[in-house]
Amino acid sequence: MAVAEDTQEETKTLQQQAGAPAQQEPWIPTVIAEDLHIVYRVYGGAKGKGSATAALNRIVRRKPGGGSVREVHAVKGVSFTAYRGQAVGLIGSNGSGKSTLLRAIAGLLPAESGRVYTNGQPSLLGVNAALMNDLTGERNVVLGGLAMGMSRDEVAERYQGIVDFSGINEKGDFITLPMRTYSSGMSARLRFSIAAAKDHDVLMIDEALATGDKKFQRRSEQRVRELREEAGTVFLVSHNNKSIRDTCERTLWLEKGELVHDGPTEEVLKEYEKFTGK
Amino acid sequence: MTETTHGGAVGVKPPPTPDDRLSPADLAAKYGLSVSGARPSLAEYVRQLWARRHFIVAFSRAKLTAQYSQAKLGQLWQVATPLLNATVYFFIFGLLLGGRSGTPGGEQNYIPFLVTGVFVFTFTQTSVLNGVRAISGNLGLVRALHFPRASLPISISLQQLQQLLYSMIVLVAILVGFGHFPTWSWLLIFPTLACQFLFNTGMALIMARLGSKTPDLAQLMPFILRTWMYGSGVMFPLEPMLRDRAHAPGWLVDIVQANPAAVFMDLMRFSFIDGYTSADLPPHVWALALGWGLLIGIGGFVFFWKSEERYGRG
Repeated sequence: MAVAEDTQEETKTLQQQAGAPAQQEPWIPTVIAEDLHIVYRVYGGAKGKGSATAALNRIVRRKPGGGSVREVHAVKGVSFTAYRGQAVGLIGSNGSGKSTLLRAIAGLLPAESGRVYTNGQPSLLGVNAALMNDLTGERNVVLGGLAMGMSRDEVAERYQGIVDFSGINEKGDFITLPMRTYSSGMSARLRFSIAAAKDHDVLMIDEALATGDKKFQRRSEQRVRELREEAGTVFLVSHNNKSIRDTCERTLWLEKGELVHDGPTEEVLKEYEKFTGK
Repeated sequence: MTETTHGGAVGVKPPPTPDDRLSPADLAAKYGLSVSGARPSLAEYVRQLWARRHFIVAFSRAKLTAQYSQAKLGQLWQVATPLLNATVYFFIFGLLLGGRSGTPGGEQNYIPFLVTGVFVFTFTQTSVLNGVRAISGNLGLVRALHFPRASLPISISLQQLQQLLYSMIVLVAILVGFGHFPTWSWLLIFPTLACQFLFNTGMALIMARLGSKTPDLAQLMPFILRTWMYGSGVMFPLEPMLRDRAHAPGWLVDIVQANPAAVFMDLMRFSFIDGYTSADLPPHVWALALGWGLLIGIGGFVFFWKSEERYGRG
């Protein structure tokens, strides 16, 4: 593609201002959301799901198309474009559609209308994303690596790195215990370590950095920075404005499923803090 | 809303470029972006699945060891459970209800006949039952990581195959104990197992898709499977029972005998048991075994793939 000389110059200065890592090919889009709408359909959300008579009633009186379906319009017409090497924060009050948006980008939720285009397969890393609790941490590392598409050799090569990163073995040999014996902080750390072991084109983190102790938080923020330098795009959902400030240069603010503000982190956070009355 | 913010941002949006005139779809095409969560083509899906073969094997092995990790006897239960079942059936159906009469090769063949039947049916039964929970029971994994979802039901049926191979050791011991020594016909278990494995995998795939939509199936399936078990002659010889005791019409006997569980059990018994001759097999039994395997195996795979982008939602 032909880009004018002066445009490239301009791009470089802009990046230096924003503190973005140096890129060979600037401004390559990795995620494009186009007027994205997401609607959840909740069956039997009205009332009396548990009682047998109510269930029978629903089956007998079912109107064509189903009578008791409730629709929840969780994301309403969000459009944005994220670029290579960007870290994008997502903020908004509880239930504003942040996690839903992430899951749609990851391709785990279908869009009602609109589309999401992504570069490669985005990976979503959530706090509740349990691996296999009845298996040992060791097995989880191997299986997680294989499931992400690593070869056996790659898994063996990175195994020690993953375990060291998670810090599971700092207080004894815990990696050979089943994951159900882990504390919630420990399993969240192991999950993050497994998912972060691969270089993702697009990585989405749903409040995972909030778990774990100070030391682990620092390590994971460091890893997020590395992933960005490897030309990935990172999305971060958090209620911790500090970790958004530390990691992201761009922030999207969602409220009631709508994109209220999209801009540099400082600018958006200032308004958000005014809104939340902090 | 987004229109107004576009101009104001500094440092997070690119400067004006020719790209701005492109529609999102064209922009995506230009940089090789694809629609997120779209279903791959069938050929591409098979290729992805092949790339995850190590995961499938490792997953089934891990599940196999984890299955009894809470039990003190551990892996012993893999063999003990079907054996205990066979013991119960022996007393109820063999002794009390007289199911032994009409066993091919004479009544002394009843115990090998019964144990083979129980092990072979258990193979299909657990594949179907666990298939229902293949997606819904691994939601954490499905939501956290991206991999072709068919890996899960396939590894479940692979897990059951491994379990059956362990049980085979006990089965062989019982067969030898009853005077059935290895002959060349034992080699016929391999094509039989291949067909049954194909069939089971297809069933697991079908049930996984149905079970991911309708969790109620986990409650319903045990009853359907029990009916299937009684209807397939696991603990009594099917043909004599239907024809001589129930006086069923010939076409009904043919239909019941053509059901896949009965076909696979017949073939395994034919391979293993001395007195079980080809005269005891229903007509076209090999063609039926292969047909069921291919039909359900391939059909189930396509059926599962059709819904690939919708697993793990909600």
